[in-house]
Amino acid sequence: MIEARNLTYMFYGFAAAFVILVIYVVSLALRERKLAQEIDRVRRMIERDK
Amino acid sequence: MMTDTRDRVLFALAVICAVLLSLNFYKIFLVLPDEANQGAIYRIVYVHVPSIFTGFTGFFVALAASGAYLATGKLKYDAFAAAVTEVSLAFATIVLATGMIWGRIIWGVWWAWDARLTTMLVCWLIYAGYLMLRRAIDEPTQRARLSAVVSIFGCVDILIVWKSIEWWRTQHPAPVLSVRDGGGMGPGMEAPIYWNWLAFMCLAAILVMVRTRQEERSREIDSLRRMAHSY
Repeated sequence: MIEARNLTYMFYGFAAAFVILVIYVVSLALRERKLAQEIDRVRRMIERDK
Repeated sequence: MMTDTRDRVLFALAVICAVLLSLNFYKIFLVLPDEANQGAIYRIVYVHVPSIFTGFTGFFVALAASGAYLATGKLKYDAFAAAVTEVSLAFATIVLATGMIWGRIIWGVWWAWDARLTTMLVCWLIYAGYLMLRRAIDEPTQRARLSAVVSIFGCVDILIVWKSIEWWRTQHPAPVLSVRDGGGMGPGMEAPIYWNWLAFMCLAAILVMVRTRQEERSREIDSLRRMAHSY
């Protein structure tokens, strides 16, 4: 039931919400990887120093 | 929470969220008619309003967790408050972005220093400041205490944001939803807002659970480091 009037900006609105969520999810994923690497690094350090 | 249980809850929330969003977007784009004056762009309300409901719900949950930290001194409450605040800020960012896009067409400007917009921007800045404050302080208890105070302060602004469209009649539309004694929307047009709120709450819960697990890992790294220094 969508007509052409103001359709482009409606798309921009939904796209903006989607992009903000995707950026946040990607930042969470990157942080997750960094934390896993850091845990591995510290564990190896402890094993080496034992 | 056990990892297996947590993964199952995450999966269940993801399925509920996907089903709800599919049904809602089908109704929003393919069933509901255009609004008489605004055309298609009024549909932004179905992201804008549920996002602010989700964001504000999260900020109040963070307030409760901050209060729990101040009462008990347990850092797990502080970690949870930080996770919820960060996710809620993402939804608050969506509110500002979608509102600006809607305003560009309906008002002819991207931004107006209207009471609702200004108080919402102040709210966003307070919670962005909350996250910046946490990065600036290394000592966990001091960080938790100051963060809790900012969280309490931020919730006062939320009440001002909520009431601003009643206290000051400026650019932003007056209350529309029937639950706020507004004029209401057309038949069937209001319900998708609440269903989308539920879907966004499921999404926010998923993000909070992931973010909380990261906070737990950070604490695990801190304890491993202390162990390493003790050798």
